Formats: sequence, structure tokens, C-alpha cells
Amino acid sequence: MSTFDGAILDFKRLETLASGDTTLHRLDPRAKVIVTALFIMAVVSHDRYAITRLFPFFIFPAALIAAGNLPLAYIIRKVLLLCPFAIVVGIFNPLIDRTIVLQLGDIGISGGWLSFASIIVRSTLTVGTAFVLLALTGFPAICRALEQLGIPKLFAAQLLFLYRYIFVLTEEAGRASRARELRSCGKKGQGMTSFATMVGHLLLRTWQRAERIHVAMLSRGFDGSFRTSRKSSLGSNECIFIALWGLFLVTARILDLPKLIGTFITGGF
Amino acid sequence: MSHHLVELIELRHTYPDGTVALDGVTFTITHGEAVGVIGANGAGKSTLLLHLNGYLTPGSGEVRIGHSLLTKETLPEIRRTVGMVFQDPDDQLFMPTVFDDVAFGPCNMGLALQDIEKRVTAALDLVEAGHLRDKPPYHLSGGEKKRVAIATILSMEPSILVMDEPTSGLDPHARRQLIRLMGDFHHTKIFTSHDLDMVMELCSRVIVLSHGKVRADGAPREIFADEKLLAECRLEKPLSMQGCPVCGVNS
Repeated sequence: MSTFDGAILDFKRLETLASGDTTLHRLDPRAKVIVTALFIMAVVSHDRYAITRLFPFFIFPAALIAAGNLPLAYIIRKVLLLCPFAIVVGIFNPLIDRTIVLQLGDIGISGGWLSFASIIVRSTLTVGTAFVLLALTGFPAICRALEQLGIPKLFAAQLLFLYRYIFVLTEEAGRASRARELRSCGKKGQGMTSFATMVGHLLLRTWQRAERIHVAMLSRGFDGSFRTSRKSSLGSNECIFIALWGLFLVTARILDLPKLIGTFITGGF
Repeated sequence: MSHHLVELIELRHTYPDGTVALDGVTFTITHGEAVGVIGANGAGKSTLLLHLNGYLTPGSGEVRIGHSLLTKETLPEIRRTVGMVFQDPDDQLFMPTVFDDVAFGPCNMGLALQDIEKRVTAALDLVEAGHLRDKPPYHLSGGEKKRVAIATILSMEPSILVMDEPTSGLDPHARRQLIRLMGDFHHTKIFTSHDLDMVMELCSRVIVLSHGKVRADGAPREIFADEKLLAECRLEKPLSMQGCPVCGVNS
């Protein structure tokens, strides 16, 4: 269980990072959300064999990490944590797609391996940037930005509740599982049977908690709509941020920058 | 007309599974009274509290707050009048930051932005939690959570403060802090608690519930002196009224 608790603690660190005070932190969350969305679209819309064309996109998260004073090692650890998922998604590509598309000396590289590598690069880029966005903005602010950008209020509220209670729920799950572990004397503790009951209990408790939260909300005058007491504005900083990065992303998407740079250098000879 | 009156008349409540939680409860609490509702586990205390702000609908009988009968029409007004602090602060603090949470009630009341800001600051200062305003609730300690939970209610400026087990789970210092804070609230207060010493200290009146009925209603000293009643209701004298464990002298 210690690893589980550790993961949650680590998650809280994202929140601490988000309370930093750099120009990037102070930027209106909407600007960051818009550019990140653009970035993700630009990255995932590439051809499935694209690898080198994706490299220029590393500039964006790298610049944010540098300007936002974020700990690089921490972000990399977070991204590595999610890498197995990307590997599972792409692992069958080399088996299915065996056409040789690239010849490196005697070694032929099949399309499957290329698309597999492309999936890994893409997931590193998108997941990494999402973490950077979180560390620069904080989850609640992102939800507010999404709401201001027009996603239904209900979704935003649900995301907020999810984020608020994931800590309570994991602590509860942690306690229940610790109690089970301590009484199973190093064995499996009746395996799946007791595990299933435990999960069932957690669900019921969550249900009861949801009801109590609802009572607490009603007794403070909740009538179905969330009101916010914060003001935010899209100023010139935000416009410059969106315009410059937007320009970069569009250019990198349309033009093959590595190839252009390559021909530019080799063309000289 | 006083906003601070709480009147229950022959209140009955039966849960869907057939458990009779309240069986004809009648009492009137007047302005400025501090009332402790005590009783064993399952005596009906929490059910009683949930009737006071209209979350549960009476099976029969009436709930009147400040002379108006609790109905669907009067519900919003009554919820504004009765501020309720729940036992588990994690249920009460559901917004991303302390500020948002304390502002939740005033926002729903439709106040202007500056007024909200003022009320939040005042409420947080009152519970000595001004420095926590930008923190997310899961970063707070138990005592801090409890104080912020109280601030979320105080910011709505209720005329009646209702608290379910206010001192449960607090360390002695946090408990003392809370008792002091409650003492400073001069409107009507209603608590349920197993912390009988707190009840003794804060309340001018005690209502004893047992099996959904009011067993006794009177001054704390009289009720806690009645050993037969206490034993029947699975209660005990507050520690402050028990003999000294060292010399055995009765206080």
C-alpha cells in the first residue's frame, strides 16, 4: 500500500507546483488550455509513421518547464509511469505491419516498428505536456478554464468533485486495504472474495458520502448551478502567448522542420 | 417576529426500512438558547438534525423555524436561517480551495462580489483560519478542517447554528479552541454530542433523546445529576461532575 499512498502524495506535489509564481503561472488558465489543446491536436494528427517530424514539438514542453521553473526529473518520472500504457497500445504493431519501409544499411525496419516508436513519442509528448499544464495551472483552474471555454457546467463540476474526492477515496481504500493486509498474516487474505467485498463496501460508502455532500450543499443554498466568485481576464500577455505558440505549432505541423533544417545544412555543400 | 425560534411539534420519522427514528418529538427552542441534544448511538439525534433544515420530510408532525412552517416554499429561506455543520468536515468542504468553499454559500445567496469577499474574510478571521484561504481542503489538518467547515456556515450569517458532533476527532487543543469559538456565537445554537463536558460547558439546556423520544429536557446540572435517567439512556455523568480519580472527592 505504501506505493499507492506514495503515488497520491506525489500527485499532491503537482498542486504545490501549481502555486508557483512565474509569468507562466500567472497567465490566464484559458490561454494555457487553448495552446495545450492545439499542441495535442498538432501532435496526434500526424501521419502514423511520423517520428522525426514530431521532434520539434519537444520544444514546447521544454520551454514551459524551463520558464515555469518545474523540476524536470519529476515530470519525466510521471511520464515514465504512464509509458507502459503506450507500450500496450502499440506492442502489436510490429507483428501486424511487417512491410519494410526503411532500409538502414542491411537492417530493414518495418512499418510496424516505426508506428510503434511513433506512438511512444506521441504519448511522451502529449502526456508530458498535460503534466506540465497541470503543474503550471492546477486542476481546479483548468476546470474553470474549460467551463469558461464552453464545456457544460455539469462536466466541469464532475471533474472538480472527482479531483476533490479522489484523495478522500484513496485514503479510505488505503485504510481498508491495510486493515485487510494486517489480518491476512502475510497470505493473500482470502484472495478475490474479500477483495470484491471490500470494493463493494467502498462503493457503498462513496454513495453515502455523496449523499452527505449533497445535504451539505443543499444546506448552503445550492440550487443546481455553480457560481464562481473569481474574475479572470484575457489580457495582452495571454494573446501573445496564444499567438506565438499557435504560430509555432501550425508551422511545425505543416512544414517538415527537421527536413528543412537538414536540407538547409546539407544544401550548403 | 424572531428568526431564531425552533419549534418541533409531535415530529415523527420512519425510515423506508421501517425503523422508527423519531417518535413524537416536541420542543421549542427560543432565541439565544444553547441546547445540547444528547443520547445513545441510534437514539435519533442525526435524524432530528436533518429535519431542522428540511433535508428529511417529517412522517407526521411539524417543524417551524422562526414561526414559519417548514414547507417546500419556505425551504430556501429556512436553509438560509439554519446553518448546519456536519460531523465529517470532508463532507462539508467540497470546493477546490478554502476560499471557494467559504464563498459557496454567499455565492448561492446571490451576493455581490465585494460582499462575498468581505464575508469570507470575516468568517475565516473569526475561526482563525485566514492564512488557509488559498489551500485545498485535503492539505488541512483535522482541526483546521473543522474550523473551516464552521466558517463556511458563518459566512452565510445564519440565525441558528446547528452542529453534529462538533468536537469528535479533535485533539484537546483544537477542542478547546472550538469550544471558545462556539461560546462567542451568540445566536441560537443546537449541538448533538457525546462530549458531555462540552455540553456542560456550552449549553444552557439539554434534551435527552432515547429511542426517538424526548426522555428529559432541562438544565444540564439537573439532568446530569439524575443517575437513573443517565443509565437508562446509556449515558454517563460528564467527567467534570465525577469524583477525582486520585483523592475520590466529589466535585
